[in-house]
Amino acid sequence: MASRVRPSPINTMNTHIIPVRFEYFAPKTLNEAVDLLSRFRGRAKVLAGGTDLVVQMKVGRVRPEYVVSIRWLRELDFIDTREDGLHIGALTKLRRIEKSDVIRRGFIALYEAAKAMGGVQVRCMGTVGGNLCNASPAADTAPPLMVYEARVKAVSTRGEREIPITKFFKGPGKSALEPDEILTEVMIPYQPANTGSAFLKVARTSMDLAKVNVAAAINVREGVVRWARIALGAVAPTPIRALKAEAYLAGKELGEDVIARAAEIAASETRPITDVRSTAWYRREVSKVLVKDALRIAYGRAVRG
Amino acid sequence: MRVRFKLNGEPVEVDVEPNELLINVLRERFGLTGTKYACGIGECGACTVLLDGEPVLSCLTLAADVDGHEVVTVEGLAKSGELTPVQRAFIEEGAVQCGYCIPGFVIMAESLLRENPEPTEAEIRDYIRGNLCRCTGYVNIVKAVKRASKYFKLAPPGS
Repeated sequence: MASRVRPSPINTMNTHIIPVRFEYFAPKTLNEAVDLLSRFRGRAKVLAGGTDLVVQMKVGRVRPEYVVSIRWLRELDFIDTREDGLHIGALTKLRRIEKSDVIRRGFIALYEAAKAMGGVQVRCMGTVGGNLCNASPAADTAPPLMVYEARVKAVSTRGEREIPITKFFKGPGKSALEPDEILTEVMIPYQPANTGSAFLKVARTSMDLAKVNVAAAINVREGVVRWARIALGAVAPTPIRALKAEAYLAGKELGEDVIARAAEIAASETRPITDVRSTAWYRREVSKVLVKDALRIAYGRAVRG
Repeated sequence: MRVRFKLNGEPVEVDVEPNELLINVLRERFGLTGTKYACGIGECGACTVLLDGEPVLSCLTLAADVDGHEVVTVEGLAKSGELTPVQRAFIEEGAVQCGYCIPGFVIMAESLLRENPEPTEAEIRDYIRGNLCRCTGYVNIVKAVKRASKYFKLAPPGS
């Protein structure tokens, strides 16, 4: 079956230039940016770090008439600890997330995901908002944000709204954003005491997209799992939560048999495909291993603090 | 469209098309051919330049996006003809074979040592994982970064 996988156009096209003509705008404020998007409705693309969009334009997969570059909108580049949780601006670079003490101490799965993405150059360009809006099923920041039950804020000239991250992904390359909306920030609630979390990823090389990625968060009281959350990427058209496995874990003591059963259930909730990176069978098998490992690490962190 | 930015310390101005990439502007308009084109999709790091002091891929950067910012290419590292510690160390360790990837590695080594003047071998290897070399197997490149870190310790940049 794997022999029928079609090569990506990236392997056959000249990527020296962008063979697409477009008009370029670099708004100085978020207000200007949303004005432009509302004017160009559907014919514009928002450019942040460029590590996804520019590649897509090079191979002609995306052909916008207008490019609205928000790369330097400083107002969307921040990591703020507020009363209701951690707020991360959509244009915060992955490199900054990886270097943030607040994130490494309080949201370690997000730190681990950011650190696992591309090389340093890609992380100095790529942003958390860009990673989410690209809506790849393999987006590494998605599983951690899903187990932390983050919300994102979307702004347009019509106003602003919040979207739970679990409702944000609609399909490969499709998010819940309207064409005139800009994702402006990610809000992560603080995790209660005795919660541990972890992110793991299997990829062909440390530079490649995930074959499978997994995040887990567990809250433990007196040796019993109060709640567990598991999210998997690259095993379905969108990143998913393994809700049945989560329900199975609630109220249990986390022995090896329970971990193994939870991993089996989580793998049964995946709907992987065969593509250039892996076969569906491999993805499902590796899901089990990653879920087991992520649960063990998250549990260890929950009980050791 | 008119783009003004600082290139290797000098203010420059150039007219670019919206779909022009920074790498092509550097190589074709400014003749700075040290920055290399290879994969074009952010896998190999050969086109790495410093943008406002951070390593970025010039093949995935719109030229229009650097308006008002500062770009340093491999040509801009050595001052008044004197090699930087990183450049010296690469020569002394024989870290170069065909040489095509080396400008990217030199920029990354420079950037790493500014952030972390005494990196461990694991830190060096992690930092350069976004740069591909098809000749050397990386052994002498890693040695060169270690050697450069000793020079950095003796004479930190700017001292």
